[in-house]
Amino acid sequence: MRQNTEEYRGVFTFAQQVDGKLSGISLELIGKGKDLAADLNTEVTAVLLGSDIKGLVEELAEHGADKIIVVDDPKLKEYRTEPYTQALSAVINEFKPEIFIIGATAIGRDLGPRVSARVGTGLTADCTQLEIGDYPLVAIAGREQKHNQLLMTRPAFGGNTIATIACPENRPQMATVRPGVMQKKERVAGAKAEVIDFDAKLEENSKYVEILEIVKNAKTTEDIMAAKILVSGGRGVGSADNFKILKDLADALHGTVSCSRAVVDAGWMSKDIQVGQTGKTVRPHLYFAIGISGAIQHLAGMEESDIIIAINKDENAPIFSVADYGIVGDLNKIVPALTEKIKAELAKED
Amino acid sequence: MKIVVCIKQVPDTKGGVVFNPDGTLNRGAMLTIMNPDDKAGLEAALRLKDKYGAEVTVVTMGLPKADEVLREALAMGADNAVLITDRVLGGADTWATSQTIAGALRKLEYDLIITGRQAIDGDTAQVGPQISEHLDLPVISYAQKIEIDGDSVVVERQFDDRYHVLKAKMPVLITALSELNEPRYMTPGGIFDAYDKEVTVLSRADLIDVDDSNIGLKGSPTQIAKASDKVRKGAGEQVNLGASESVDYIIGKLKETHII
Amino acid sequence: MDFTLDKKHEMARSLFREFAEKEVKPLAIEVDETEIFPRETVTKMAKYGFLGIPVAKEYGGQGADPLAYVMCVEELSKVCATTGVIVSAHTSLCADPIAMYGTPEQKEKYLVPLAKGEKLGAFALTEPNAGTDAQGAVTKAVLDGDEYVLNGSKIFITNGKEADIYVVIACTEIKVDAKGRQKKIFSAFIVEKDTPGFGFGTKEKKMGIRGSSTYELIFTDCRVPKENMLGPAGKGFGIAMHTLDGGRIGIAAQALGIAEGALERTINYVKERKQFGRSIGAFQNTQFELANMATKVKAAQMLVYRAAMAKATQKTYSEEAAMAKLFAAEVAMEVTTKAVQLHGGYGYTREYEIERMMRDAKITEVYEGTSEVQRMVISGALLK
Repeated sequence: MRQNTEEYRGVFTFAQQVDGKLSGISLELIGKGKDLAADLNTEVTAVLLGSDIKGLVEELAEHGADKIIVVDDPKLKEYRTEPYTQALSAVINEFKPEIFIIGATAIGRDLGPRVSARVGTGLTADCTQLEIGDYPLVAIAGREQKHNQLLMTRPAFGGNTIATIACPENRPQMATVRPGVMQKKERVAGAKAEVIDFDAKLEENSKYVEILEIVKNAKTTEDIMAAKILVSGGRGVGSADNFKILKDLADALHGTVSCSRAVVDAGWMSKDIQVGQTGKTVRPHLYFAIGISGAIQHLAGMEESDIIIAINKDENAPIFSVADYGIVGDLNKIVPALTEKIKAELAKED
Repeated sequence: MKIVVCIKQVPDTKGGVVFNPDGTLNRGAMLTIMNPDDKAGLEAALRLKDKYGAEVTVVTMGLPKADEVLREALAMGADNAVLITDRVLGGADTWATSQTIAGALRKLEYDLIITGRQAIDGDTAQVGPQISEHLDLPVISYAQKIEIDGDSVVVERQFDDRYHVLKAKMPVLITALSELNEPRYMTPGGIFDAYDKEVTVLSRADLIDVDDSNIGLKGSPTQIAKASDKVRKGAGEQVNLGASESVDYIIGKLKETHII
Repeated sequence: MDFTLDKKHEMARSLFREFAEKEVKPLAIEVDETEIFPRETVTKMAKYGFLGIPVAKEYGGQGADPLAYVMCVEELSKVCATTGVIVSAHTSLCADPIAMYGTPEQKEKYLVPLAKGEKLGAFALTEPNAGTDAQGAVTKAVLDGDEYVLNGSKIFITNGKEADIYVVIACTEIKVDAKGRQKKIFSAFIVEKDTPGFGFGTKEKKMGIRGSSTYELIFTDCRVPKENMLGPAGKGFGIAMHTLDGGRIGIAAQALGIAEGALERTINYVKERKQFGRSIGAFQNTQFELANMATKVKAAQMLVYRAAMAKATQKTYSEEAAMAKLFAAEVAMEVTTKAVQLHGGYGYTREYEIERMMRDAKITEVYEGTSEVQRMVISGALLK
């Protein structure tokens, strides 16, 4: 399965929107796409699919998209695998990008594999790092070393290993990218992009599924992925009720409460605030790990945080292996006192 | 109704990760389990079997040792088992894996194919949707509830903040979340029967409509440039003080880092 | 001679272990403290066929073998000896004699629901004046028309009030030999719970296995259809002894499980517990004690598995069963006692569960034939 890779040019990003609103990952992908495009001396093109979504091009342009391909079709109103796959495949076949990146969201991780299989290329899942480089990484005698390849780095095995993957013979080089990892660019008001309306010629076929109903969960909590300060609790907190002391600390710091898997399994907190492999990856400025032992799956979801402060009564808890500041002690004594003291300190500043 | 469930044998990271002295993973020392999402998929199939009547066939691709995970599935109540194993299939990425499994599935009859959303070793969530593409079937991923309605399935498909109730005519491929259900245990009698049953073993030659350029390491468009054990950030300071000293310590650090 | 388990049994063990860890272990402390019979666990075990492991498929069982059954009792007892003995008494002392001696009609009526776990079984032999000495038994059954009329009482009956089907041994005849000595002749009966005249006395308050339902059974003109006689008339004593041979293998497995559970916990504990700046596992005394404990546990396991295999392949297995029970029970007592010692003060507290294991272990030296009875059986076989 080899292709002529030469005719493929440009970095394309999938601009995911839901209910006519761009998902945060869409802007992060443009941000990363800009860097990659700069290395390749090319442009970044955002691909926007949906129905009646032309109003979103401005936001994409102001966040750095050089071009925007818009497929606006009523069949794309709600996300469904087949029409989205048709549309994206048509864009790829028409415009032949060398790189196509998609957010590793519930939508992206459904769409990516299907598209990659349809256009016949490889796909690397859930990447945390993307760069342009050589493949093989170092020259090997008797073997061609390809330049300007997309090197896609991703954790595997519950965060225990990391692998860097290349896709040397096929185009586009496709990756899904973990939300919250790449940085979006500063918004430049008034920045313009070339907008291309593209008719993907969508046709209903046997692979279309019918949407009977859409049920939205009442959003009960703040988005932990957007939080700058997270106060996260584990089994050591002891009970759902005792999370109140974490909430108080979070409130004092204008932060958000999150939790470990054990807490979700115990039914104390809901899954949408779970940090870790099966929950969300977070990288706040400050991460408080309180009563969290630090299973490897948890560490994988939070160790990129800028500052980690851990409080745990077990001096051997694995969480201390990633903590910048580890405090061995009783969280029930420390946390409430800490909250009071922080309030006092902040009051002094006013 | 005929249901095919694709399952994978994976190392059990829950039972503790074992490291070699040099810090690399000691995979040989880790126990293997049926991938949790796949097990939920199997349970979903067995519940459909209990409710509507169905013949459930489990399929896995792997080393001959993967026979174990098929026996486990039989002991839970699957009717037939297929092992795809061949040296030339090794080193496959998700493209080559999905091509291979699709090639085996073309030999089987099915109304419904269920795979797990993702395996806990690779975490890609790609093989299920890619199989569906190769077989030209509709796919519904992230199923949190599956019902049968005549010749169609009605599935709750989970998204981050919502779910869609989708209806699709069979045959269809569904990827299952481990949240879908609590899988049943095996039974002792099921285990004894499982080892008396024949597992169908397929090799490269048995695959239908699969080109040599699409299998194994050579047929994998993605190639590993580098793999290493994750370098962790490493421990910073650790203190063991009384409660009020601990509070002062944290306040000090919050000031140092300009958080307060 | 092959000391490795085949894959079936390895998988069966992983099943029993997973079930025990997830479903049984979390309740063990509560079951002990409250002395409440773990009915929900029994219902779950029934669902997964744990109550009919060695029973043939045609009678609703799992069609597995005595070794798989023994592993089930072992793994359950590792985390909760109460749960272990419920399965053991049900299977070895009730389902097994009906499978062995029952008529096709009896098997259909009683064995099938027992094996499926729809009904729970018990076995009634011991009486206030007849423990080790069976001749002291006074419960009698007198034929009256088409029914036997039972009168008397049985004590220390495991699964006592919770069971639905009971195998009851009663005296049906007194023979006088040439020298004028009286000898009681016994027969076995299958008695259903709701039979008029069948009631319960007091519940025993026990040192260990406190969640198991141990009751006195009282028969007052209890009329049992004569087709409920199990095996031939007058063969009750032989049936009881043969049943106990099987039962002892189950109790041996229970003892083994208790010892293994205590050893496992102790190994984990000595790795974590620090004294004088190092883990207590670093001290040679601890290491040597653990070595002794582990060696004895392994030896007990071999005797228990050997007895299970003997039951699968031999007509009689009294000696194998007696050796397995004698040794495993004494190992259980010794290992749990040492485990408490290695845990120090924590071992004496309820929280660490080790003291419960020690209390639970003691019964295995006592019921279904005391250790002294096992020695009599073994020496009897040696000197015959």
